[in-house]
Formats: sequence, structure tokens, C-alpha cells
Amino acid sequence: MQVTLMTSSHLGPGPLVPWLWLIPALPMIAAGFGALLKQRQRKAAALLAIGSMTASLFIALVAFVYEVKGWASHFPTREVYNFTWFQFGSSGVDLGWVLDPLSAAMALMVTFVGLLIFIYSVGYMAEDENFTRFFCFLSLFGGAMLGVVISNSILLLFMCWEIVGLTSYLLIGFWYHKPSAAAAAKKAFLTTRVGDIFFLLGIVWLFSQTGTLLFYNGGAGSIEAPALAALLQQPAAWGLTAAGAIGLLIFAGAVGKSGQLPLHVWLPDAMEGPTPVSALIHAATMVAAGVYLVARVYPLMAAGAGANGSTVALTVVTWIGAATALFAALIAVAQNDIKRILAYSTVSQLGYMMAGLGIGGVVVGMFHLITHAFFKSLLFMGAGSVIHGCHEEQDVRKMGGLRHEMPKTFLPYAAGMLALSGFPLFFSGFWSKDAILESANHWDPSRVPYFMMVAAAVLTAFYMMRQVSYVFFGKWRGHGHAHESPRVMTGPLAILGFFAVTLGFIGTPAWPWFRAFLENSPLHLEMHAFAESGFWILLATSTVVVGLGLGLGWWLYGNKSPEPEEQDALEKAMPWAWVVLRDKFYIDELYGMTFIAFYKWWARVADWFDRRVWGGAVALVQWVFGLLAQFNRFLDAEIVNGAFDKSCDEIASGGGIVARIQSGRVQAYLRYLALGVVVLAAILIWSSQR
Amino acid sequence: MTPLTGYLLLAALLFAIGLAGALTRRNAILVLIGIELMLNAANLNLIAFWRYGPHPEALTGFMFAIFSIAVAAAEAAVGLGLVIQIYRHAKTTDLDLMNRMKG
Amino acid sequence: MTSTMGFPILSVITALPIVGAAIALFSGKSARVVAVVTSLLALLLSLVVWMHLPADGSIGLIERAQWAPSLGIEYHLGVDGLGALMLVLAAIVTLMSTDAAHRVHLKPNLYFCFVLLLEAGLFGSFTALNFFHWFLFWELSLIPAFFLIKLWGGPNRGRAATQFFVYTMAGSVALLISFLAVFLATGTMDFVDLTQMASTGTLGQMVTAHLGAVMPWLAIGVLAGFAVKVPMMPFHTWLPAAYSEAPSPVTMLLTGAMSKMGVYGLLRIALPLFGHEIAGMRTWLLTLAAVTVVMGAWAAAAQKDLKRIFAYSSVNHLGYCLLGIFALAIPAAGSAMQAHQAAALNGVILQMFNHGITAGALFWFVAMLQERSDGLRGLDDFGGLRKPAPVFAGLMGIALFSSLGLPGLNGFVGEFLIFRGVFPLAWVAATISVLGLLITAAVILTVIQRVFAGPVSEQWKEFPDMHGGERFAMAPVIGLMMLIGLLPQLIVNSVNPTVMNLLSHWRF
Repeated sequence: MQVTLMTSSHLGPGPLVPWLWLIPALPMIAAGFGALLKQRQRKAAALLAIGSMTASLFIALVAFVYEVKGWASHFPTREVYNFTWFQFGSSGVDLGWVLDPLSAAMALMVTFVGLLIFIYSVGYMAEDENFTRFFCFLSLFGGAMLGVVISNSILLLFMCWEIVGLTSYLLIGFWYHKPSAAAAAKKAFLTTRVGDIFFLLGIVWLFSQTGTLLFYNGGAGSIEAPALAALLQQPAAWGLTAAGAIGLLIFAGAVGKSGQLPLHVWLPDAMEGPTPVSALIHAATMVAAGVYLVARVYPLMAAGAGANGSTVALTVVTWIGAATALFAALIAVAQNDIKRILAYSTVSQLGYMMAGLGIGGVVVGMFHLITHAFFKSLLFMGAGSVIHGCHEEQDVRKMGGLRHEMPKTFLPYAAGMLALSGFPLFFSGFWSKDAILESANHWDPSRVPYFMMVAAAVLTAFYMMRQVSYVFFGKWRGHGHAHESPRVMTGPLAILGFFAVTLGFIGTPAWPWFRAFLENSPLHLEMHAFAESGFWILLATSTVVVGLGLGLGWWLYGNKSPEPEEQDALEKAMPWAWVVLRDKFYIDELYGMTFIAFYKWWARVADWFDRRVWGGAVALVQWVFGLLAQFNRFLDAEIVNGAFDKSCDEIASGGGIVARIQSGRVQAYLRYLALGVVVLAAILIWSSQR
Repeated sequence: MTPLTGYLLLAALLFAIGLAGALTRRNAILVLIGIELMLNAANLNLIAFWRYGPHPEALTGFMFAIFSIAVAAAEAAVGLGLVIQIYRHAKTTDLDLMNRMKG
Repeated sequence: MTSTMGFPILSVITALPIVGAAIALFSGKSARVVAVVTSLLALLLSLVVWMHLPADGSIGLIERAQWAPSLGIEYHLGVDGLGALMLVLAAIVTLMSTDAAHRVHLKPNLYFCFVLLLEAGLFGSFTALNFFHWFLFWELSLIPAFFLIKLWGGPNRGRAATQFFVYTMAGSVALLISFLAVFLATGTMDFVDLTQMASTGTLGQMVTAHLGAVMPWLAIGVLAGFAVKVPMMPFHTWLPAAYSEAPSPVTMLLTGAMSKMGVYGLLRIALPLFGHEIAGMRTWLLTLAAVTVVMGAWAAAAQKDLKRIFAYSSVNHLGYCLLGIFALAIPAAGSAMQAHQAAALNGVILQMFNHGITAGALFWFVAMLQERSDGLRGLDDFGGLRKPAPVFAGLMGIALFSSLGLPGLNGFVGEFLIFRGVFPLAWVAATISVLGLLITAAVILTVIQRVFAGPVSEQWKEFPDMHGGERFAMAPVIGLMMLIGLLPQLIVNSVNPTVMNLLSHWRF
């Protein structure tokens, strides 16, 4: 491979950046070796995956520390390493990786959460016969996801993005013998691909406009100022500049991957996969990749911001995010599958992140992404532990009182649940969600997203309370005996529980460490931020909101332990609303009746067109030629040949007549001769007389 | 009536007799004889036209007649030979039965 | 600049399969060995050709000899990056096909004789630089293909073979007439000379002076010939029948190598000679290309027979080639547009190669499925095969995802470059065609879902996995997919100079 160091950061590349590729490469290589292992080589497979992820975590940690140090010494913190993959024409397809606070923080999160989930999987998947394959896929996923994170080229990002999609497909369909799993895997891949084709168009548009695939390239990158200025000059349609249009196309890819409206339908179905997969891919990392992507191309979307600080593209992002947050939270209220509740919760929280990006910028969205990754993977792994303990039961109505049987699961789960609900002050979700709500409160274009997200926050607290009441409180309604999970599963839970509580403190208003780090700005401890009235109003709002949600949940479900076949408390109150929510607003059915039906119908039309119209045209030509051939045969047989045969017959019969003259009798000939002589003589005589 | 007319009439008579014989007789020998008569009628005409023609000193008609007689003799020899062969083959000289060359 | 080896390698590589065919014909049951050895040798030779290309992308390894000068016929061989890549592809696909065809019981000697003759036809047409010579091999490849379908095909083989033959022949006639007109006007059949004339515009002037304003009609005639072969909708109806009725190893040849003759012809003949005329009808052609992409994929979605599915999917994939070719037929203004054209053309050539490998592999897998199931190949005939045959499922899965265009495998790079080039040149067509990527994905995932996923039925509990020999044969193909996916520069580095050279000679 022809590797040329094309550009560097402002200071020249540090010693670390050229080796950054090791972070995604190690798990990928592990996946390659893992694919060659035999089914029974379980220990080797697990060791390979966990070992490679540990190594990646180590490098990511080094990179993170490097960045923090650079930031602390007020150095520019963005370093890139670029090279040309191949040349076409006189331009090149460039790939590269970037080390900046954004990628360093994300890489650290992915490797850390990933490693914990890998370890947890050893326990969770212990009984599975395809154990080695599972770890192979997990490693491949880890590598691809880390590739997305460190990529400095939108093409490299897209390539890893698609491989992430592949591994998601493989892992959702891991229990391929279940038709529902296979269908869910297919649905996930195709739904995200709907977004991806727009993403691809965005890439080729960006590439052809700016002539580069790189994000940062010492001023020549596609999202750096000169390129953005050029893009802003290019009008597209509907009042968008080229920058905004490209940004929206790329955002469409994020909508697919992050399960935003209207492409959210695949994510709940993705829960068919093993629970560690749900935790890793469909809660913590892959679905967050969409948010990360928007954060990465944020300059593109924010370029040319108007007086109110927003652009068309960012406004679209905000509205979609806010709508998704509310919409998914509503559905989550009426689900009974422990994982589906969490899945809709994930969709909802991703909506928060998107809205946070749209309203408050990269820091706000990313902060929630990081905290959410910890507590949501915690919740999923806790749910996995519960499912495991209840003999693969997933219906929350058939559980209950598990806080006694599974205390080591319950405590972290409760921490995660409170973090997700945004319980004030002591849980990470509070700080990150409040940052979003606060910026939404001050969003110039509209206040509606703020109210949507506040409503969603109430619902979040409510459905989490409902779930926890069902699962951990009341009396046991399942069959058999629930049991606590092994230490290899509860250990990661405890670690994540710790972070679910503490991680928020890196982004409090008084000490905005995360913001300063990402924006490479100086950090000051500003205790007076707590003294400002805005903070207290927000704190009060949050407290009311969370309290309302939790209280309602406890009031309706706490310690009630209804029987599984009994009507839900909400169902009794509002049957019609319950049905609509339980059936997810009939979005799946709507798509089934529109897009899927159209797809199938049009496929039949295409086939019919092929067979009848094009095939018919060919048949027509064939028929015409056949007709011509028949006509030709008629001409040949009847007219040409007929005439010839007829004349032959005439000649033959004429010959018969002549032959009769030829009697063979000499004297007859002589008579003719004599007759001829007489005739000649007569002619002579008559002619001489005139 | 000039002497030539007499000769010509005689030749015509001879020719007619010969033709009648050749056409009517069934015996091949007699047909040959008829043919000879017709030939000799022609020879008579040749001599007569020469003798009473404009150049009797040139001997042309005479020469013609001599040739004609020689040819007739050869022809008669061939004809007789053929007849004898046919007779040996078919044990008959009846010309009506010898129609193997019919078409 | 020309690079010569002092050794007539192009003549040798064309003659080699013919000799092999003769030997195969008289070697009875061991004909397959002869065929495998011959195609292996041919592959080695084609790689030698690939190594000896001129660095500047011009035509190299030239061989010239007088043939019938009064008729403009000359023995003129030579390859550039495009021709050499096609040689390599044809050699690989033939080797795959002979590998796959180990269950030919009916007259194997004749079968492999035809296969090798077909290879000779491919080699001949990819190296010829004179129309007469090219056309001879173009038609020569048709005859063995016809007999391979007709004698070894499925139940409806007679009809399929006839339709295939007549259809292609009709296209060839249109092509021939157009070319005769060109010959009448110019007195030469040499591609290089004609390209030169066309690039200065004299070709059009001469034709118009001799025959009147017929250039657009000649262009349509030439396009028709290639549109049938590629195929472009609506000239594709022979294809599903021919691909599904032909025995799978022959289908590999048809889709892997023969369909590329059409695209090659567009690049070697149609665009150089009639670029201006094609640019004139670009909108219509782009419409047809987009229809080919989208409707090809969609028609595949309605099929129940794996071979028909992959046949339509081939139509879809070659539609991207057509899209790239027609999109770049526009007068270039400025270096940015040249970059777009270069991207599209590089993408087209990569896509030709990648589709050849991938589609060949897919039909090979279908052949294996048929071997194991007494000829079943319906979409719904299987289910859950991943359980009894994990290696088979894994390797075929890789091939399927390559066909889907997954990054990291070979299919992606070509498609990306095509869209990279087409979008700025014809964004409407690109936007419509991108739908094809989605539908293809739906089709391919449906195949995986129905064949490999789900509960395994009693009937397939004992479905045999790939055995050692099959794994050994398939591994290089799968390896090639990954290699090109990760290091496309292996191909692009040699193709790109050719692309620049071609573009500099084309006048739109």
C-alpha cells in the first residue's frame, strides 16, 4: 500500500497518531483469527476477543491521556494521519484517522463498555453452541465501530459504518434458526440501508464538490473553513445550501443507524439478538454512531448559521430528535417485553441526543451519548441477567420481587434506572439530559421541542418505574426459581453502575470539564453557576418531572404484582390509548401496507413487465418473423416451385406426345420425310409463281 | 416437248415408283431397291440437266452422277449388310417389326 | 509508446485454448483435466500480459501482420489496462467454470472442448484491434455458448438457446451493418485508426460525405449490438431464460465473462467512434440505464428460482456499468469534470471485473446447491442450511455480501466510484439508481433468510457441507474478493492510466 503522509496537524503529527489504526485493527485481526477457530475452542475465542479489546482499550486510554495532556498544555488537540488509498484520474481516494477529543473520548467509551460487555458475554453465552462464532462477530463489530470512531475520511467512516451494519445483522440474526430473529436481522439491515443510500449520495456529493474525502486536512479538508465557504456558495433546493443539503443526506444515514423517526422500526425488533448484543450494539455503541456521525460533520450542518444560531439542517435534526424522543417514550409505556421497553427507551434517548446536537451543539449531544452508553448498557446487561435468572423469560408480567433473589443485579439496575430517569444531582443522566433541556429552553426558533422533551422525560421516569416495579417489586409470578447470575456477569454490572452514578460530574454547569475538553478551551471551576437562577429553575423542573413520572409509576404499579393475564393499570384507565401505544402507533403495519406492499407489488409488476411487455414484444417480433417465414414458404413452395414443377410436367407430357411420333418404324419416318418434301415443294412452287 | 422434259418426266416417274416402293413394301430388300430407284432418278436428272444445260462441255453433271453412283453403291452395300445382320438377329426382314428405336 | 516482449504472447494466449479444445475433444473422460490445465496456463499467461502493460496506459504488446489489406483487414493485436484486465477476468472465470463442472456425464470431451473454444473467443475479442478480427471472435464465442446451452441445459434449453443465439445475432447484424458503413466511408477497420479519426472529428465528416447524415443511426446500430450483449433493458429478455437454463458452470461463463464483452465493446468501439452521437442521446440512454438498474433489481425480487434471481441481479449490476458509461459521455469542461469522468470510468472497469468474480462465484454456489439436492434451486426449497453446512453458508454469505456491495469486499469500490462519477454528471439518474442498491440488498438478504436461516427441515438435516476440495477451489475466489475490497489499487493502479488515455482520445 502506498502510504504517504499527506498532511499533519498544526504542529506535526505526534508519535501516537500514525499508530491509531491499531485500535480498530486489533479486534478486526482477532475476528479474522476467531473465524478460523473450531467450535469447541471456546476459551481461545473468548481470550482472543477480550485480549484484543483490552489492548485496544489500552491504546485508547493512552490516546485519551495524550489528548488530555495536550489540552492541559493548551496545544491544538486535533491530529490527523492521512494517506491515499488509490488514485483515480488525477485525484485520489484518501483515507485517514483523526485523534481529537471527540474521537478519543468516544474510542475510550467504546473500548471500555465493549470490554465489559465482552466479559459479561462469557457468562451469558456460556451455554451457546456457537460461542466461538459469537466472539468472532463481536470482535468484528468492535473493530468496525472503532473504525467509525477514529476515521478522518468520510469514505472510511462509511465503510466501517457498513461493516458495523453487517455485524449488527449477523448478531441480531445470531439465533438464525428462529425465523423471527432472521426476519429482524433482515429488517434491521434494510431499514438502516434506506438511510445509508442517502448517506452515500451525501458522500459522493461532498466528494465531488470539495474534491476530498477527508474531514480535516490542514485546512483542505471537506469540513474545514475553505471548503465550507465554497459549499455555502452553492445553492441546492428549498432554501438549502449545498452544505445543508449534504448535511441532511448524511443525517439520513444517522437517522437509519440511530433509529430516529421514521426509520426507528428496526431497533425494537433487533432485540431478537442475544442480550449482550442489545447492550453493546443496540444501546451503547452502534446506534450512537449516528449521533457521533452528526457530531463529526457538525461543521457542515452548522455552516452559515443565521441570526438565531440555527440552520435549516440543524432545525430538521432538532425536530426529528425531539419527535423521536417523545414518540418512542410513549410506546415504551405500553410494552411488556423487558428488552423492548429498553429498546424504545434507547430510541427515545437517541432522540434526545439528536435534539441536543441540533440545539446545543456537539458537546451537549455527545455528553448524553457518553453517559447514556454507560447506563443503558448497564440496564440491558441487567435485563440480560434478569432474563437469565428467570429461565429466558422476557415478559415483565411474569417476573416480580427479584430484588430479593438477585440483589447484585438489582442495585446496579436501580442506579441505571435512576440515571435514565434523570434523577437529580446524583445520577449522570440528570446532568446530561438537563444540558439538553436547558439549551432547548433557550432555543430561538421554537420552544415546542423543549416541551416535547419535558413530556418525554416524565414518560421516561414513568415507564422505568413501571418496569422496575414489575420486575423487582411485588411478588414472584414466574415459574421455577429465579437465581442470581454468576460473578462474570454481575461484576461488569457493578462497574457500570459506578459510572452511571459518577460520570455526570464531568459535565456539571459548575465544572464543565467535558465541554472544555471537547472544545479545547480553558476550564474553570465556577461554583457560581449553581447560584444562578436558571440552574435552580431547571433543577426544580427536573425534580418535578422526575418525581411526577416516578410517582405515577409507583402509584400505578408499585407493589401491585398483578397477574400476567390481568389488564394493565393503564389499560383499565385508557383502553384505546393503551392499544395504540401497545401496537406502536401501527407504524410497522403502515409500512407494511405502503412501502413493503409497494415493493412487493412493484416487484411483481417488474416481473410481469418483463415477461409480458418486453417478453411480449420479443414474442411479437418472433411471431412476425414466423409469419414472414410462413409467407416465404408459401412463395417458395407454391409460386416459385409450383411454376417450375408445372413446366417440368408440361415438358414431360409434351415429350410423351413427341415420343409417339418416334414409332421406330423406318417407313413412317420416310413418310414424314416425303410429306415434308411435298410441303417444301408446294411452298417452292407457290412462291415461285408470285 | 423438249428432250429435257422427257428425261425429267421419266426421272420423276422413276422417283415416284421408287418412293412408292420404299414407302409401301415391308421387305427391307424391296425398300432398298426402291431407294436405289429414287437415287437413279436423281442421277438421271443430273445427266439430263448437264447434257441440256448451258455448259455441256464441262462434265460437271457427269462427275456428279459418277460420285452419286459410287455413293449409292456403298450405301447399298452398307444397307444390305445391315439388312443381313438384322435378318440374322431377328430372322425376318419385315421393317414393321424392327421398331426398337422408337421413342 | 509500446512495450513489446519479443514473443507473440497475445497470439499464443488466443491459440492456447483452441489447442486445448482440440486435445480435450480427443481425450475422452479426462477432458476436464485438460480443460483445467489449459485454463490454468491461460490464467498464468494473462497475468504475464497484465505484468507487461505499458505504464502510460496506451496499447501495448502489439502484434501486426498483413491479412487482407485491400479489405482493410489486418492482424492487429494489442491490449491496454482494460483489455488485459478482461483477459485476466476471462481466464479466472473459465478456470472457475471448469472447476465447477465436475459432474458432466454427457460427452465431457465435447463439453470442455466448447468451454475452451468459448475462452478462445473471449481472448480473441479482448485482444483484437481490427474490426474484422474482433467480430470473428465475437461471433465465435457465440457458437460454443449456444451448444453448451442447447446440449447440456435444463428442460427448456432448446428455446433458451435459440432465443439467446438469435437475439445476440440480431444485435451483431446491426453492429456489422454499422461497421460496414464506417468501412465504406473510411476504408479502414482498425480501431486505433478509427479512434484517431473520431477524436479529430474526421470520421463523422467522412461518413456524412459518403453516406449522408447517418452517424446517429450507425451509433444506434452499434449500441444495439452491445445493448443485447450486456444486456440493457429492454434488450435483456433472452438473459433470464439463458442464464437459468444453461448448466450453472456455463452460466458462470455467460455472466462472468461474456456479458463483459458488451461493456468492453461499448468502451472499445462505441464510445471512441460514436462518442459525439452517444452524447447526443445521453438522456435517453441514461434513462434506460437507470431503468436497467432499478427494474433489474426489482424483477429479481419477484423471482423464485435462485438462478433467475442472480440473473436479474446481474442485469442490475451491469446496469451500473451502463450508468457510468453513459453518464461520462458529455463534453468535459474543466478539470473537475474530467475527474468525474475518470471516477466513473474507473468504477465501470472495476465493476466489470468485480461482477465477473462475484457473479461467477454465486452461480458456482448454486451449482453446489444443485449437486447436493438433485437439482433443486428454488428460493423456498431450502431453509436453515447454515446449521448443517456452516462453511458453505459462510462462504456463500461472503459472496452474497460482495454482490450487495458491502465495503471491505470487492463490489463496493466499483459502485462507489461509479456513483462518485455519475452523481455530479447526472444527479437525477444517480439518485434513481441508488434505489437499486437498496433493492438488491433486499433481494440478497431474502436469499440468505430463506436458504440459510430458519429451522432446518428433516430433509436437509444431513446436507453435506463443503468438502476439502471445494474449499480449496473456492478459497482463492473468496480471497480475491477480500483482497480487491481492501486493496483496489492492485487493479486501479494499472487501469487508471488506461482510463486517462482513453478519455483523452474520446470526443463527445
